[in-house]
Amino acid sequence: MDERLWLILLEAFPKLLLYGVTVTIPLTLLSFALALVISIAVALIQYAHVPVLSTLCRIYIWIVRGTPLLVQLYLVFYGLPSLGITLDAYPTAVLVFGINEGAYMAESIRGSLESVSRGQVEAGQCVGLNYLQIMWHIVLPQAFRVAFPSLSNSLISLVKGTSLAAVITVTEMFREAQVINGRVYESLGLYTETALIYLLFCSLLTLLQRFLEKRLNRFGGARA
Amino acid sequence: MMLDIRNVHKSFDGREILHGIDLQVEKGDVVAILGPSGSGKTTLLRCLNFLERADEGTLVFDGEPFDLHRAKKAEIARVRRKTAFVFQNYNLFLNKTVLKNVTLGLTAARKIRSADAYSIAVHALERVGMADRLQSYPSQLSGGQQQRVAIARGLASGPEIIYFDEPTSALDPELIGEVLGVMRDLARDGMTMLVVTHEMEFARNVSNKVLFMDGGKIIEAGPSHEFFANPKEERSREFIRSILEKESRAARHGE
Repeated sequence: MDERLWLILLEAFPKLLLYGVTVTIPLTLLSFALALVISIAVALIQYAHVPVLSTLCRIYIWIVRGTPLLVQLYLVFYGLPSLGITLDAYPTAVLVFGINEGAYMAESIRGSLESVSRGQVEAGQCVGLNYLQIMWHIVLPQAFRVAFPSLSNSLISLVKGTSLAAVITVTEMFREAQVINGRVYESLGLYTETALIYLLFCSLLTLLQRFLEKRLNRFGGARA
Repeated sequence: MMLDIRNVHKSFDGREILHGIDLQVEKGDVVAILGPSGSGKTTLLRCLNFLERADEGTLVFDGEPFDLHRAKKAEIARVRRKTAFVFQNYNLFLNKTVLKNVTLGLTAARKIRSADAYSIAVHALERVGMADRLQSYPSQLSGGQQQRVAIARGLASGPEIIYFDEPTSALDPELIGEVLGVMRDLARDGMTMLVVTHEMEFARNVSNKVLFMDGGKIIEAGPSHEFFANPKEERSREFIRSILEKESRAARHGE
């Protein structure tokens, strides 16, 4: 590799990292927080078989999982304005990522709630706990342990997914890489560098996941 | 009379499991409910604590009548306050320590101060010989230990009667004795108990009444010594014979 390329990459690194830390990561966390709220609500509604709402939740999951994320982004950002609904790029990204990932996470959480055995609930009833107490003290903590790995999966996939926000004009890390590349024409080097920064972020999250899972094991006890 | 159970009917998917069961339980009774599997014993017990909704039937508990089909939330809560239920597979709360398993119902459901709940729990755990494992999780205990903690969890709320649903059926043979020992102690202390079981030894020597069920009906009911010494019904005789054969075969293999 020649010296010019090294200089370009060296110069690009702090810029990319800055966008990664100030845009990619907050965008990920905001979207994940929204997805978490949506998915917990949707999963609880389905777990409790709330009439009407359960059906609406199933329709939500069906539509969101059945259409491409890229199309959803275009639809909201470029399509809705013709109905008079105009949102800025950044809130659009948070909203679409949150709604999209929320559908997948809702299914993981619902599955983990249903994995808690019926006997745990019955034992709670027999010692006199009401529905909310059983959910809070017994079902949710046990379900959380089961859902944790797949929720971590979702978080990690969101980190990378935020790069799609570039197509609706959000300047995040990948968009910044495109901008720099537009000046210097070093696609291979720059996009490799960008990929490595994503890899770094995801590796840190993987380490965090492993650490937290160990703690959860210690508190929750190994599952039979 | 503590419990007067009348005409309990229950179907699953159109198949009737209980065809009108009557049962009276006096304070201090230890009633063994016997019968081949599929005879409806467990379903009966579960209906009495509203874990299943009976299709019909009444329960008079301490003079207060409850409709087993139509009872409302508050009534169900009132019945459960007076009862404890011990499950075949223990159902200890997997995410809670031994201590928390026993105190949770006291602090959350009965609003007992946690210091008081602690001493009640330790006392109950002492009765089953598990007070030295307060901070263990269920997964760190043997089946017999888990079942003894489950019994302590039931005892802690001061129930008038404890329902046992095949409490030793999930246990390895060498662990059955410790659980039966605890149950024998409870019987001696005058605890009223309704026990679905396959343990003939327990039915014969600990329980004072036997209810023999088959095909969702009561075939024979009476004092346990009479039931074993002089069973009136052909089906009871057959059942006792088959169980005794199984036991002696098991004993021979065990030696």
